[in-house]
Amino acid sequence: MLDYDTLRLIWWALLGVLLAGFGVTGGFDLGVGAMLRVLGRTDAERKVLVNVVAPTWDGNQVWLILGAGAVFAAMPLAYATAFSALYPAMLAALFALFFRPTGFEYRAKVNDARWRNFWDWALVAGGALPAIVFGVAFGLILGGIPYHFDADMRVVMDGGVLDAVTPFALFAGVVSLVMLCMHGAAFVNLKTVGELQVRALTWMRRLAVALIVLLALGGLWVAKGLDGYVLHGPLAANQAVTPLMQHVTREAGAWMHNFAAHPWMWAAPAAAMAGAALAAWLAWYPLAALFFSGVSVAGVIATAGFAAFPFLLPSSTRPDHSLTLWSAAASQHTLEWMTAAAVVFVPIILAYTSWVFRVLRGPVHESDVNKNEYGTY
Amino acid sequence: MTDMLVDVSRLQFAFTALIHFIFVPLTLGLSFLLVIMETVYVITGKEIYKQMTQFWGKLFGINFAMGVATGLTMEFQFGTNWAYYSHYVGDIFGAPLAIEGMMAFFLESTFVGLFFVGWKRLTKYQHLLVTFLVAIGSNFSALWILIANGWMQNPVGAHFNPETMRMEMESFTAMLFNPVAQAKFVHTVSAGYTVGSVFVLAISAWYLLRGRHVEFAKRSFAVAAGFGLAAISSAIVLGDESGYTVGDVQKAKLAAIEAEWETARPPASFTLFGIPNQEKMETEHAIRIPWLLGLIATRSVDEPVDGLKDIIARNEARIRRGMHAVAALAELRKHPHDETARAEFARYQADLGYGLLLKAYAPNIVDATPAQIHQAALHSVPHVAPLFFTFRIMVACGFALLLLFLAAGWGVWRNNFMDKRWLLWAAILALPLPWIAAELGWFVAEYGRQPWTISGILPTSLSASSLSAGQVTASLVAFVLFYAGLTAVEMYLMVKYARKGPDALRAH
Repeated sequence: MLDYDTLRLIWWALLGVLLAGFGVTGGFDLGVGAMLRVLGRTDAERKVLVNVVAPTWDGNQVWLILGAGAVFAAMPLAYATAFSALYPAMLAALFALFFRPTGFEYRAKVNDARWRNFWDWALVAGGALPAIVFGVAFGLILGGIPYHFDADMRVVMDGGVLDAVTPFALFAGVVSLVMLCMHGAAFVNLKTVGELQVRALTWMRRLAVALIVLLALGGLWVAKGLDGYVLHGPLAANQAVTPLMQHVTREAGAWMHNFAAHPWMWAAPAAAMAGAALAAWLAWYPLAALFFSGVSVAGVIATAGFAAFPFLLPSSTRPDHSLTLWSAAASQHTLEWMTAAAVVFVPIILAYTSWVFRVLRGPVHESDVNKNEYGTY
Repeated sequence: MTDMLVDVSRLQFAFTALIHFIFVPLTLGLSFLLVIMETVYVITGKEIYKQMTQFWGKLFGINFAMGVATGLTMEFQFGTNWAYYSHYVGDIFGAPLAIEGMMAFFLESTFVGLFFVGWKRLTKYQHLLVTFLVAIGSNFSALWILIANGWMQNPVGAHFNPETMRMEMESFTAMLFNPVAQAKFVHTVSAGYTVGSVFVLAISAWYLLRGRHVEFAKRSFAVAAGFGLAAISSAIVLGDESGYTVGDVQKAKLAAIEAEWETARPPASFTLFGIPNQEKMETEHAIRIPWLLGLIATRSVDEPVDGLKDIIARNEARIRRGMHAVAALAELRKHPHDETARAEFARYQADLGYGLLLKAYAPNIVDATPAQIHQAALHSVPHVAPLFFTFRIMVACGFALLLLFLAAGWGVWRNNFMDKRWLLWAAILALPLPWIAAELGWFVAEYGRQPWTISGILPTSLSASSLSAGQVTASLVAFVLFYAGLTAVEMYLMVKYARKGPDALRAH
């Protein structure tokens, strides 16, 4: 049997894997949605783009749903705090996400240009807005948000969430949008032919370069201009910990400490940069470009996770009450069962998901979707 | 935490959950009807069954999209609006939701796209497997949701940890095999199969009355009649009232549904109709059927069904003991190594939740006056009238549907249903009934659990997030607008494609 500390560490890593799973698969769907009016200049091109994404987007989004469910089960205090403290942002993302199942399913169901136009823009909102909000959420995690716990462990906000939206959080929103648009363009580059494919390729290259620049800026910002948080130990091994038992301080440059202590962690930002660069360089090998674009997305998520480790959500007003993977975790019994479930189901999920993508491999042609056969979106 | 905030949060949850459950039962039922139709196609090779699968599949897709959209809200809402709940019981309640994601959501969501686009890329058998996996996925999803909900009704296999200030899981298997969850699961999916069957039956009846797509409609009607008869029988026979004898809060729910003010000598009689009066604690103009309630509720003639007055008196005593638990817990949190406080807490902790009920009546629980305690006890059981009536309407819908499916089944058996215009009209008029029953069923289950979110453990009044009532009112308005708009679009497309019939097998 695994001890409690190991289990908590495993679930911190697994949450990262789920998030990366969403970034890498659901991420290109969001990107294609956000870029729908940029990549698809004509109605026919947009129809192709919708058919590129529609058959598989739903399964990809489950990485997000499972991510939320897994945070609930494995880090319940983090789920409770993050979702309620970021109420307006979470709901904005949620309402935008409503447009995705409906947009993909309903767009082609009425033969009218205005109808399709409406759903096109709905899909743009459904792609761009969540991409921005998830980025902002990452920015807020690194900056900390104003909350504390009362004696009953009820989370209390110290001021509105809008007070917490710092320039850095907005910057993180832009990084996320650019990154997922790059990834979306990489997917279109693989799944289309002709003009559309060339346009996607061009955009992917531009966005990859933009991402590299933004990541460099963001790295400097985190190193020089952003306060990090430090958890002062030692915590008793394998014991339950609550946020009321910790000592945490806010220090300039503290988010770089982990990279200094564990140089192997530099692999994450390196993958983020190199992935984007290789995607741009190998653009004419669409599968390789998509792969490296995915590596970049996963690298960015891992970089944020490593920088903040062991923090999940620091408190800017009462740093001691910050949520860490130690103090937000579920009980050992729950984590044991959850680990068993993940060991059984995640490989099965990966197996059938790859089977579905294999069945649906190959580009979507305009001439095919224009036949409007059964199953055309 | 203001009453206003809690009320608006409840209203938002009720609204979003009930709208979600317009789409979910149709997904549950229609997915298995698709499996049946496609299986017939694969076995017999008759093209018309493939058409049926594709056509009903198209309507399935229009509905499915809304189920996905509104379902996401449910996954978010525990955290956004019920943060203290999520902290207090997330250690147990979160696990079935996460496992639902791994075992169910991924399955249905990954394969649902392939159901539509895979007809030419897959062999017959592979495609049938895909359809089957979508159906199994959505039903697994219902299983885990009802395990989670069953735990809210009857929280087994968990204990309170004073150090972390939350409930923690003691036995995963106890949660899994919770008898309330088992009863609820079978009842709920049966209701879903009924919804799917009535949907297919009604639209097919409409084609038959119009003389359109007759061969197609006849076969669809027959499949729906058979599946529906089995489904409604299961929903009625395995009604989850059998789960209402487990646990004190479930007993209060049962007493409220049946307007049982006094504990009657067994076997209790069933109140067919009446006007419950909460203040006087009696039912006016009651029409009673001897023995029936005792039989339904306890499946015996000698077990009593507890009355509300006794339950309230019992709860008052538990609230008093709960006050000791609250006091001991406060002491224990200040001095974790105080053995007297620990012993005191151990003695009273079973009633901690009842102590917490006082929070809504006394700012400081340990200083509550006898009047406040009595007040809390009176409100420790749900309002009788709403439950009494909604439950009876649900049951009436269920029996009406049983009659419909018996008649439809008989017509299919005799092969003369196409000529019985009254039967076809009845099928069309019955279309709203299974939805009314399903929505009321959730109302009975959830409203009947009040004043608790977790029966006997966590009062609803303490469960909400620390938001302002204004914030939640704003989000509720936004939900109403979005859901109304999207549901209108869904209904429009559903009618449009149902009218087209099998001619609709192209994109538009």
